[in-house]
Amino acid sequence: MSAMWWGVIGTSVAAFALKYLGHLIPHRYLEHPNIRRTNGLIPITLLSALVAVQTFAVKSHLVLDHRAAGLAVAVISLKFRAPFPVVVVLAALSSALVYHYS
Amino acid sequence: MPNFGLVRQNAVVSATPKSTIRDSLSVSITVGAYGIAFGAASVAAGFSVLQTCLLSLLTFSGASQFAIVGVIGSGGGALSGIATATLLGFRNGLYGLRMSPLLKTQGAKRILAAHITIDESTGVALSQEGLGQDAMRSGFWLTGVGVFVFWNIFTFAGALGAQSMGNPAAWGLDAAVPAAFLGLVWPRLTSLSDRILCIAAMALALGLTPFVPAGLPIIATAFLALAIGLRKS
Repeated sequence: MSAMWWGVIGTSVAAFALKYLGHLIPHRYLEHPNIRRTNGLIPITLLSALVAVQTFAVKSHLVLDHRAAGLAVAVISLKFRAPFPVVVVLAALSSALVYHYS
Repeated sequence: MPNFGLVRQNAVVSATPKSTIRDSLSVSITVGAYGIAFGAASVAAGFSVLQTCLLSLLTFSGASQFAIVGVIGSGGGALSGIATATLLGFRNGLYGLRMSPLLKTQGAKRILAAHITIDESTGVALSQEGLGQDAMRSGFWLTGVGVFVFWNIFTFAGALGAQSMGNPAAWGLDAAVPAAFLGLVWPRLTSLSDRILCIAAMALALGLTPFVPAGLPIIATAFLALAIGLRKS
């Protein structure tokens, strides 16, 4: 079975298990402030890391290519409070432009 | 719009405030539309249309879905992809802790409630607090089911769209994926320390990239969050 199928199944099982556990476990557990704070910080670090790696890496090499232009446009559109789908489309179009004209 | 849970839990269903219905629907449609970006990104990462739709149906957690296709698409192994996606899904468990005393569900309905326990259903439920517990429950079910329906329809549309284009990377459109991650993290960067953490995580991930297998540099940044989150008391 391919990595993709393992990914689909593994991610789905783990995602549901976490959601269901939350409904089973008595409320008083995991309510500690440290856990709540860490829970808020983990998405920041993982998503930031994903932004960086998906923009500046090809396998294990660091590169600067058309994707950086797309990311710059994404940053600017987010600064101007563009909605999520607009951000994604603008980033994709600008990286395509740089890709074809460079 | 299906109204699971509303009828049996609450005899005065008709009393669901109009504002609760309006909030739930607008969140459902807006957030569901992001499914287009996920469908396209997943196919661009090499997943089939079927696998893409299964992720939206079964995982049903945006950031985790983007993570698994992002990590595997850039050469990471299934395990590091699943680990990253699962860490991102951890907060859904905490939402469940918050929602279960409110919903008081059992059996099959609890399974359904758990599956739609996500950012949006929890967020709308909590935002209805001023209107009472019935409105909170209605907000949870309406938003959870609504996002589920639209997210899956739009995922399919995005996947088909990307498939008809062939490989988006060959068009230079591949900045869509990091832009999507940026769009997900942006609203979370509310303080200076959050922004510093964001930059630090990017630097750590890029610094590790040449030296460790793909996927691991991303998981490694979770330790930054643990170190900071568990240190302060």
